[in-house]
Amino acid sequence: MKLQMGADEARSLLDAQLRGELPDERGRFGPFGGRYVPETLVPAFERLEDGVRQFLHDPDFQEQFQRELREWVGRPTALTFAPQLSERWGTEVWLKREDLAHTGAHKINNAIGQALLAKRLGARRVIAETGAGQHGVASAAACARVGLPCSVYMGAVDIERQAPNVDRMHRLGAEVVAVETGDKTLRAAIDEALRMWVTDPSGIYYLLGSAVGAHPYPYLVRELQSVIGAEARQQMIEQAGALPDAAFACVGGGSNAIGLFYPLLGDDIELIGVEAGGTGDGLGENAATLATGTPGVLQGSYTVILQDEDGQVQETHSISAGLDYSGVGPEHAFLQAAGRVKYISATDDEALEALEELCEAEGILTALETSHAFAAAREWSRENPGKRVLIGNSGRGDKDMPTLTKYPARIRTYAGA
Amino acid sequence: MPAHERLTAAIVAANDNNRPALVPFITAGYPEPGEFINTLRAIAEVGDVIEIGIPFSDPMADGMTIQRSSYIALQDGVSLEWIFGELEMASVFGTPLVMMSYLNPLLAFGYQRLAERARATGVCAFIVPDLPFEECAELRAALENEGLGLIQLVTPATPRDRLEMLCEASRGFVYAVTVTGVTGGNSGLPDDLADYLDGVSAVSDLPVCAGFGIREAADVVNVGAHASGAIVGSALVEVLEEGRNPKAFLQHLGGK
Repeated sequence: MKLQMGADEARSLLDAQLRGELPDERGRFGPFGGRYVPETLVPAFERLEDGVRQFLHDPDFQEQFQRELREWVGRPTALTFAPQLSERWGTEVWLKREDLAHTGAHKINNAIGQALLAKRLGARRVIAETGAGQHGVASAAACARVGLPCSVYMGAVDIERQAPNVDRMHRLGAEVVAVETGDKTLRAAIDEALRMWVTDPSGIYYLLGSAVGAHPYPYLVRELQSVIGAEARQQMIEQAGALPDAAFACVGGGSNAIGLFYPLLGDDIELIGVEAGGTGDGLGENAATLATGTPGVLQGSYTVILQDEDGQVQETHSISAGLDYSGVGPEHAFLQAAGRVKYISATDDEALEALEELCEAEGILTALETSHAFAAAREWSRENPGKRVLIGNSGRGDKDMPTLTKYPARIRTYAGA
Repeated sequence: MPAHERLTAAIVAANDNNRPALVPFITAGYPEPGEFINTLRAIAEVGDVIEIGIPFSDPMADGMTIQRSSYIALQDGVSLEWIFGELEMASVFGTPLVMMSYLNPLLAFGYQRLAERARATGVCAFIVPDLPFEECAELRAALENEGLGLIQLVTPATPRDRLEMLCEASRGFVYAVTVTGVTGGNSGLPDDLADYLDGVSAVSDLPVCAGFGIREAADVVNVGAHASGAIVGSALVEVLEEGRNPKAFLQHLGGK
């Protein structure tokens, strides 16, 4: 059963959000969020929350964070006009180029921010989980940068389909721990990282990679990723001369989407999150959590999850490891219930097709995750000709070559002119 | 008498016989759903309280043994509904029952219905490892309406003021986690265990039962010197996994 939110309640919560009051002191976005963690971790979460309160908006920390974003990550990332796609789709298409950030995806914004925080909190070592490997690579790089040892938990299934990223993590000095339990993908990797954290809650810093989990992670990750939307908003005004009519981002846990959307919530912009539609509508065939899931508690947060009637969390399928997750960040669950953001899905095939089109039209190999946002934006453009569209190009697709080689390119290059 | 007081009384009764209460844990329906009630009956002859684990897809506080048993039980179709059905058919057990479940299956079942079915089947209290005190008010109220308790867990990482709050809030007994880690550890009990358990017992008006990492008769003696009871989980599940006799194992550990 979907959680219904009355119009008055939704309006008052959205107003609170625009005033920056969400999450509330209990880590809630309306009904969603909270902190459902084992007792052993409660003091660790309290320390983290205190640390976030003390440092995140401290001028000294912010100066260090902004310097790393500028000089090490390479921000601001470009906003790119896409003339060929615009021509084909009949809309004006702009891309926010997180694929150009260091290590190739938006994940680095959060990783370097949390690594700096871990350092300030006196952590002895860092653990992280990863699905597609992008957060693992970003964490490995950020930990090398600040001088902390790093262990990355990664599902055995993902290790196989994201092999290039595993090698990158090793070269960046991180240990990669193969997770053979549960679904052997992102969800199992998070469970295993939590189990490790419990063994040394005061010495380990858990660098969570998406806007999911127990409070304060969804808040912390959103704050660190909001640089995406803040830059894009400014760049749209400067380069396009106006804000977009609609903005699209792919949603797995939802960190790049919340980073893009959060600074745009107060504007008159249609915001659309795109989940993985996989191979079909059946349970286990997709990872379209918000489209087909129901409220429940997974990995520390009350949010929308894919579960059966007994409350058992269901396995998912997506061609993209980064979207292959049975839950979603609680803030997205709230934004859906309140009616501010629309969540739809794109299938594996639609994502592959969109990936090829972007390669051919604009010379950009985007990630399979990101391709879902392009597929949905193209569909939307058909019904909204002449409008202006912003797409969060959250990461580059080099890591997906092992998967892509299984699907021969439909578009052939010319063998000479 | 509310059911959670019956639970407390069973532990005190064991202590009155000069031994720690033995609290065996099994994953419901493992390794064979058809053997669930027989296994319960067998361990009820030696255990003072029985803890029944509800299998869950994401057992984040559990080590490999209970992960594995949960996974297989789920494959075999074990659910809360099925467990209550089995307990109803077997009629009420003399030995007080405690259910251990992650929160989501309880949420999906519905708190009110959960409390009613639990009371009717001889369950006295719940242990919910991913439900910290700050989030527990709703479930706790639903359970207490039916005379059932929500058992609070404390750990070596729990600060003193929080320890007092959790001992005060607990019903039935206080669950003292012996290690900072997941269930089923092989590294032995920590050296400062005695001080830790003495510290919890000094704060708590309720009996304190220690769990995690208790595998041998010597562990039960060790824990029993500083707590009212010993919870044996992964080691017993391994006995079931290997097809050995659970009752004989528990007798060896010092059961009644």
